[in-house]
Amino acid sequence: MKRVGLAALFFAALFVGWELLYRSGFWSPVLLPSPLVVGRYLWEATVDGSLLSATLVTVKRLFLGYVFGLLLGLPLGLLTARFRVLADTLGLMALGLQALPSVCWVPLALLWFGQTEAAMFFVVVMGTLWSVIIATDNGVRNVPPIYARAARTMGSSGLHTWLYVIFPAALPFIVGGMKQGWAFAWRSLMAAEIYVTILSGFGLGHLLHYGRELNAMEQVIGIMLVLLLIGLLADKIFFSPWERFLHHRWGTAK
Amino acid sequence: MSLSDEVSVEAPAAKLSIKGVSKRFVSGKRSVHALDDVSLDVGEGEFVCLVGPSGCGKSTLLNLVAGLDLADSGQISADGIPINAPGRDRMVMFQEAALFPWLDVLGNVMFGLRRKPGLTDAERCKVAEFYLRLVGLEKFHRAFVHELSGGMKQRVALARALAPNPRVLLMDEPFGALDALTREQLYGDIQRIWQQRKKTIVFVTHNVREAACLGDRVVLFSPHPGRIREQFKIDLPRPRDINSVELARHTTAITAALKNHVRPEAEVAE
Ligand SMILES: Nc1ncnc2c1ncn2[C@@H]1O[C@H](COP(=O)(O)OP(=O)(O)O)[C@@H](O)[C@H]1O
Ligand SMILES: [Mg+2]
Repeated sequence: MKRVGLAALFFAALFVGWELLYRSGFWSPVLLPSPLVVGRYLWEATVDGSLLSATLVTVKRLFLGYVFGLLLGLPLGLLTARFRVLADTLGLMALGLQALPSVCWVPLALLWFGQTEAAMFFVVVMGTLWSVIIATDNGVRNVPPIYARAARTMGSSGLHTWLYVIFPAALPFIVGGMKQGWAFAWRSLMAAEIYVTILSGFGLGHLLHYGRELNAMEQVIGIMLVLLLIGLLADKIFFSPWERFLHHRWGTAK
Repeated sequence: MSLSDEVSVEAPAAKLSIKGVSKRFVSGKRSVHALDDVSLDVGEGEFVCLVGPSGCGKSTLLNLVAGLDLADSGQISADGIPINAPGRDRMVMFQEAALFPWLDVLGNVMFGLRRKPGLTDAERCKVAEFYLRLVGLEKFHRAFVHELSGGMKQRVALARALAPNPRVLLMDEPFGALDALTREQLYGDIQRIWQQRKKTIVFVTHNVREAACLGDRVVLFSPHPGRIREQFKIDLPRPRDINSVELARHTTAITAALKNHVRPEAEVAE
């Protein structure tokens, strides 16, 4: 409770400071709108439904691509860790592509898929996939061999060992990779949404882009706040429970 | 199979027979002759300790009996049945407890039981609880591995190894990383459990005193290549105290033999 209070105090102070800066008149209100104006924009956008629908469009794109990337990346990572042929081919490719800033997929996606949902999906998957493959592969390679040996003496083998020993043992690495994949996917989706109009749905990136076109700084800042909030929520809802679980079981200091 | 069958001592101890076993490890140009023509018989319910300096092939032999590795030549069998894969009749305890951190204590003990057919989950749970009580950890079912001391971890590992009711228990320096006080407690426990559960035990250690305290028989190995040098029968009454004078007599004899066999070999190897 004390921590929540402190956080509330900190952010309240931040807004007060912002308002004071605005009132000092040092910057043009066009460049630095009052937090109250930003608040009004957010309120109006919520009431007319545009904010909610944009959020849904963006979150849906992110979620679909991310889940698909995970479902593809986890088994592929297990496979590259298991088979040398795959490590030398797919594993190497993943390592290279993971180092590529995932925004670089946007032009390619547009050429291949046009201004469609498929392009957005592709960009998010590419952001997620390689990190997840690399982390899973890495995690599996770091599993102490004694675990698999102990499991073998207890009658575990083959798929059972992979599912019930190797995979859980690699979880700390895998969760790290999931988190990185999420960060890459989120950033590249925003880049794509800001620079490309997809007619099948206007996401938060588009609202941000129109804010700039209209010189509506309160909209730009308002959407940025929403993006920030989504990032925070994803962390708290998706990753914190995993990290708490790992911390609790492994006793790793964090 | 009923619960009482499961925890009864009626899974009889097995007889082990090791005949002319050799094993080489080749990595690149280097080749290590880990075991050279090793033969050893272990009787039903016998407690045999393998001692020798590190590198003399004790773990290698244990892994072969466990079925985790295959011999280059020779025969290993349990009750006349050749061993070529791990089996629930032979459970292993390693130096590092090798417990799974993602499972709690009960989950760790249940791991092997879940692979054992013919039991309901409720029965498995009862069996696991039985063995946790046997090693004195009935209050720690829900604890996680990182919350346990080194000695408690090895107790869980022991319960986990006992739970599928194996006929042979293979222990590879299980107390090597523990402090002296904890070790002494465990010497008492393992002797009590061995007498209660009637297992055949092969126990690897490089601690001669420990071997003499626990074993019906102490088998002395020498390295390069790994060979059996000498065997000592220890016919002291049980439970034995690691600090007793009679034990010290045996320890002295074994230590002398160890020095005798290992020194010249080591110098040749240098
Ligand atoms: N997997 C392996 N690969 C290569 N060499 C090994 C392997 N396992 C054991 N060795 C070698 O075999 C010899 C015997 O090892 P080990 O059985 O572990 O000895 P001990 O348990 O008596 O200390 C050592 O020289 C060791 O380096
Ligand atoms: Mg060893």
